Amino acid sequence: MADKLNQLTLKQAVEGLKEKKFSSAELHQSIIKRINEVEGKIFSFVEIVDKENPKQIEKEGILKGAFFAVKDVLSTKDIRSTASSKILANYVPVYEATVVKKLTDHGAEIIGKTNCDAFAFGASTENSGFGPTKNPWNTTKVPGGSSGGSAAAVAADECLFSLGTDTGGSIRQPASFCSVTGLKPTFGACSRFGLLAMASSFDCPGPIGKTVEDCEIVFDIIKGKDEKDATSVFYPKKKQVKKNLVIGLPKEFFGGGVENEVKNLVSQAAKILEKEGHRLVEISLPNTSLAISVYYILVPSEISSNMARYDGIRFGSNRESFENEVKRRIMLGTYTLESGYFDQYYLKAAKVRNLVKADYLNAFEKVDLILGPVSPTPPFGIGELINNPLKMYLSDVLTVGANLAGIPGLSIPCGFTHDNLPVGLQLLSPHFSEEILFDIGRQFQQITDWHKRKPKL
Amino acid sequence: MARLTKDEIKHIAKLANLKVDDKQSALFAEQLSAVLDYFAQLEKAPTDSVLPLFNVNESKNVFREDKVSPCLTQKECLKNAKSIFNGYFKVKSIF
Repeated sequence: MADKLNQLTLKQAVEGLKEKKFSSAELHQSIIKRINEVEGKIFSFVEIVDKENPKQIEKEGILKGAFFAVKDVLSTKDIRSTASSKILANYVPVYEATVVKKLTDHGAEIIGKTNCDAFAFGASTENSGFGPTKNPWNTTKVPGGSSGGSAAAVAADECLFSLGTDTGGSIRQPASFCSVTGLKPTFGACSRFGLLAMASSFDCPGPIGKTVEDCEIVFDIIKGKDEKDATSVFYPKKKQVKKNLVIGLPKEFFGGGVENEVKNLVSQAAKILEKEGHRLVEISLPNTSLAISVYYILVPSEISSNMARYDGIRFGSNRESFENEVKRRIMLGTYTLESGYFDQYYLKAAKVRNLVKADYLNAFEKVDLILGPVSPTPPFGIGELINNPLKMYLSDVLTVGANLAGIPGLSIPCGFTHDNLPVGLQLLSPHFSEEILFDIGRQFQQITDWHKRKPKL
Repeated sequence: MARLTKDEIKHIAKLANLKVDDKQSALFAEQLSAVLDYFAQLEKAPTDSVLPLFNVNESKNVFREDKVSPCLTQKECLKNAKSIFNGYFKVKSIF
């Protein structure tokens, strides 16, 4: 058991509460104390619920007393939800996102709303209208993004777990940068109702936790068909996972653009799994180099129409309050959808999206899952890429493929660079086969203890 | 050569109902031109016999039963509006 209650995993906390080892008020107090200690250094939260009074949770459920943080793009009833954009600075939703409601219905309790890139547009949390979150491992570095606050809050033990959203890597990359575990579910596995839409054919809410086990607990609750989201689907029954799996290592994920230290740590992780009886094979995802172009045409196109709702009439202030990156993406999408350019950009990208998806489906004919780095680099410096949008976009190169194909992906801590910066391992599996990721991820975390390391703050 | 000029940026901004000043248009023209230049790599991808993918789970016609269920109240719908009048959203005249 951890020295401090706020350091417990979700599983340890709910079990401890059930066995009455401590009360939910004690757990709450320990988390609030930690938030007060570290928030000034990292700024994970844009809103903290009830900071003063220790909470005794009465609501029963399997997650009773599980204090969790919610990315600010997910609507929380009666709790300010700004998407970390100034345009929604005073917006208080009158309804709850389905994924949040499912958790609170099981007794979990919202501790606060976490900072992110405004409307989740970004890979560093620097595009927040309220200032950047800092990486708990090194406060001169970014925590990743867009769910940077959600990952930093878990890494700094300011909550037991958090919810993020992943449109192009926004759960996996910050999980990797902050040395925590994050799951991007299969598209459609978790309802998007109440998620402030970025790109509706890509957006996936999902858990960020201290262990694979915790992510599985949360995923099992939030998944499933929701009548309020027509793209959500019935989640099939879990299948038995084979004992010995074939793991594909795409050569494109270990190419020249990936830093050597990252490559080495991820290769070492692959060898650990090989020793456990899994077989490693080299594969190819030939269209990987086109994925960024496809993504940054299709997603801004969807953004430009989704953002039309912000007219300052029903909610929010007027469009002048949009942050620069929000303006850039709306304009990029407006341009690629403009008549005369539609075929050249949008239609072409939608076709290449099919090629990227086919790459993954072809690979899964030969392998059970795919393994590679999450990000080509360790966490980069605050301010390093912010004035060069193209460079920032390129940092998503290893994560956007899963979103284009709609498949699930898991990010797990797999070591640290010489400068003590976290590196994450990415596992990808076929649609609706999250059980494979959980199984192999759990196995990896039984052998390694990277996920148990804590940042010094 | 930059693919987008300052004037084109202003035109796109107008279509998107955004206001950008002179300085911003210059910056966005440069940044978005670099992004569009990068997109040129797609031209080489062979897609003549490839169908576009719009919906990754390829689901079609999602129906539900046509039954009435509770919804937000008028008061809730108006809660976040800046300006209301007699239970309506109040907007500036568009004519």
